[in-house]
Amino acid sequence: MRAGWELVVGLEVHCELETATKLFCGCPNAFGKEPNTNVCPVCLGLPGSLPVVNRQAVELAMAIGTALACEIRPSTFHRKNYFYPDQAKDYQISQYDQPINVAGHLELPDGSRVGIERAHLEEDTGKTTHAGATGRIHGADYSLVDYNRSGVPLVEIVSAPDIRSAAQARAYVSELRAVLVASGASDGKMEEGSMRVDANVSVRSGPDADFGTRCEIKNLNSVRSVGRAIEFEADRQITLIESGEPVVQQTRHWDEDAGRTVALRSKEEAYDYRYFLEPDLVPLAPDDGWVEAVADLLGPLPAARRKQLIGLLGGEEALSASQADQVATVVELGLDGLTLAAAAAGVPVSLALNRTANEAATDAAAARRLESGSFASLLALEAAGSLTATQAKAVLSELLVEGGGDPATIAAARGFESLSHASLASVVDEVAAAHPSEWERYRTGDDEDVKKLTGYLTGQVMRATGGKADGKAVAIELQRRRG
Amino acid sequence: MNDGERMGLPAPAAGLAHAVRTGAASAVEVVERHLRAIEGGNPAINAFTLVMAEDARRSAEELDRRVAAGEDPGVLAGVPVALKDNLCTRGVATSCSSRMLEGWRPPYDATVVGRLREAGAVVVGKTNMDEFAMGSSTETSAFGPTRNPRDTARVPGGSSGGSAAAVAAGFCPLALGSDTGGSIRQPAALCGVVGLKPTYGTVSRYGLVAFASSLDQIGPLAATVADAALLFEVVRGHDPADSTSLDRTGPPVLPALDRGVDGLGIGLLTELVEGADDDVVAAVDRAAEVLSGAGARVEEISVPEVRLGLSAYYLIAPAETSSNLARYDGVRYGLRVDAEDTTTMNTASRSRGFGPEVKRRIMLGTYVLSAGYMDAYYNQALRARTRIVEGFSSAYGRCDLLLGPTAPTTAFPIGEKTGDPLAMYLSDVCTIPSNLAGHPAASIPFGTGADGLPVGVQLLGPVLSEPTILAAAAVLEAASAGAAGPAPNRAAEGGRR
Repeated sequence: MRAGWELVVGLEVHCELETATKLFCGCPNAFGKEPNTNVCPVCLGLPGSLPVVNRQAVELAMAIGTALACEIRPSTFHRKNYFYPDQAKDYQISQYDQPINVAGHLELPDGSRVGIERAHLEEDTGKTTHAGATGRIHGADYSLVDYNRSGVPLVEIVSAPDIRSAAQARAYVSELRAVLVASGASDGKMEEGSMRVDANVSVRSGPDADFGTRCEIKNLNSVRSVGRAIEFEADRQITLIESGEPVVQQTRHWDEDAGRTVALRSKEEAYDYRYFLEPDLVPLAPDDGWVEAVADLLGPLPAARRKQLIGLLGGEEALSASQADQVATVVELGLDGLTLAAAAAGVPVSLALNRTANEAATDAAAARRLESGSFASLLALEAAGSLTATQAKAVLSELLVEGGGDPATIAAARGFESLSHASLASVVDEVAAAHPSEWERYRTGDDEDVKKLTGYLTGQVMRATGGKADGKAVAIELQRRRG
Repeated sequence: MNDGERMGLPAPAAGLAHAVRTGAASAVEVVERHLRAIEGGNPAINAFTLVMAEDARRSAEELDRRVAAGEDPGVLAGVPVALKDNLCTRGVATSCSSRMLEGWRPPYDATVVGRLREAGAVVVGKTNMDEFAMGSSTETSAFGPTRNPRDTARVPGGSSGGSAAAVAAGFCPLALGSDTGGSIRQPAALCGVVGLKPTYGTVSRYGLVAFASSLDQIGPLAATVADAALLFEVVRGHDPADSTSLDRTGPPVLPALDRGVDGLGIGLLTELVEGADDDVVAAVDRAAEVLSGAGARVEEISVPEVRLGLSAYYLIAPAETSSNLARYDGVRYGLRVDAEDTTTMNTASRSRGFGPEVKRRIMLGTYVLSAGYMDAYYNQALRARTRIVEGFSSAYGRCDLLLGPTAPTTAFPIGEKTGDPLAMYLSDVCTIPSNLAGHPAASIPFGTGADGLPVGVQLLGPVLSEPTILAAAAVLEAASAGAAGPAPNRAAEGGRR
């Protein structure tokens, strides 16, 4: 951020809910089917069809509200009227002045707090593909519309303009994604469009100045592009103001390849959506019992889970920078259950965290499906020295592919039975007898000799055991004989 | 149940069903007789825009097979029923009498159509209507006007004019219509048949092409009160596909038909009588005397809020229309006028597809919902609507039902009001308040006007008061027997011109 300026950002995040069916009809909420095969009279907006609210979608919206410390209120649906080919009814059913969730907040890992103004339910549109040279609506030869996505339930989460840096915006999106995954509402896949972010960006001369004119940036499809787009846009606005030109309130599109925002439409061209109460639906009035039942089903949230892991590692003070990153990663990916299960089975927490953050996280989707018991017993074998680190990682790869299994059996099938303590000791004795001069120098030499000969002798042990010995165990045996 | 009677009341449809269920008549025979009447009479009346002769014959044959096999196909076994053409029929063109829906065949049946078929009814065709149900004379139809079987130079009323005329002409004993501001009751009155607009939420709207969703309600048209009650009983009931459908749709109406009006309080609604023609008022006064003579306590009651109805309606209904009819954009179904870009295609399709009355209401509705105008118009109308509900509520603290005319005049000549939308809108001044309140109301033929044409009197009641309304209607029907009975097949004879 340029000196003398403060950034002000509010984010609107659209989250596709992981329901079995669409928001207002019985069509499966599925991704990737043949175009226009996952449709019915309701989501096609055929004459005479009527919407019926999906109970599961309401429950997931309430779960999000609970997770974001919102007040969950009686709510209504409105119609947002505008013509667009992928809008089947030429209006969108959305919550307007009486949303289901209001006045919450999200606490970020750095302790800062971002207000949540509202988190409301609405339906998704279909998808238009413009064929022809430009790939945009202007100049397209023709356009194709796929209504499979029409009516997919969304929750739009609107933050307060509390965000003051691109880094904080990135942290907000990451933390929000972790919360949405934790609440069971979303798969959090930004790259597949499950989460879509719009940013309202403005700049001002300082914390006490009035808010500047804002621009809304669309098409932010990754945490990284959220940060880049905000930085670009802030810079653009500051340059304008410093050269005496006004910032025009407008909607802008983030061009990821070019790394810049381009104007879509200005305030004068903004639609008049003519919102009015949707007469085909009745108000939602969840009673306290229902709200509580949903809250009871909600598992621990990312902040609490990070705290638990950090506690096991000995608290904030004992935490290394890399461990802090690992904790953030496993919680965000929803893999901390693996770490905790291994720790509960007696595996050192740092080892459990290493294997979760460095190996399991490489395929987070598979890792979320992995039986935590299998993971824990694998790490127990490694911790006991029955498997080397290399062997343990190989077995883990197989467990991830299979979704579970008995690590000992897999290790045996791969010939990974590591040497027992007694047989390793005798191999070390044999190596010592076979290389008397090296052995003597190892026992009596200076640090330089010890270091050099430890490598040599370990190599001899490895050769004698066909690689089955654990490097650490060999080092311990050698050290013991040195006295 | 006797042939052609229910609770001692005339019930031709019930009689036909009884004959078919007991094997005394074949469904094929019943259906063929009505198809012949339609074939002979419809060209002069234009009540049907589509006659489903082959479908009807197939259904009738199937019904006869089932009866022969010892099955009971239901309370409407073999009864020919006409559907207003805003009710979706699977695989059968549903046009709303608009060019906009040219060629569209719904992939599904409206809930009421399914209920009719389950009760053994035979759908014989789709009836003409004002385009998208917007009108009071069936003259805004893209298929030309329907003529009143009582006098073919006159309108049948609207927008369910085709359904009312089909029953009045004897083409079928039963028809379904829809009523947003009087579209069942007003044509029933002008054609001399019985029409009931049920309590909002008692009949599923799933598959009814929307005009104004918060006001639309499907209901029966029939030659007699008992038949109207029978059809209502078949189509009503909770539907999980309609979120505004009531969980409980009230007690059965048929057992209430012979309950009479002894001890009921009935208010003669001053505001409805105010603007009506003298001969219409005279018929309402005679109806009041009949009800009083049957033991009801009749008194004049004023509900001043009712006067807000017309203005509120012509803000709320167009507002909903502007949104409901947005989907006719040429993209997915119906008429498309090809053009260089999407917006031009939308505009060209809508410009050619919609008639002037529909366009007028879309523009009105778009205006009243616009930023800066919404509070002055739409929100103000919603407040008026609340006041009407409160006004009725206070009246129903003093009486059980209200009585008034259904329409201010008898049937008017074709073309008389087409150039003057406000005069046309006034035809619904007596019926609109019940739609705004969501209350039930029925029109019952009661005598004739100075021109010899039928007069309809209207009975209004609070939510779910259909049994009481129909019981009072039966009393009026009995008293008026002979005075203005149905004139089956007058159309076939040429009618008055």
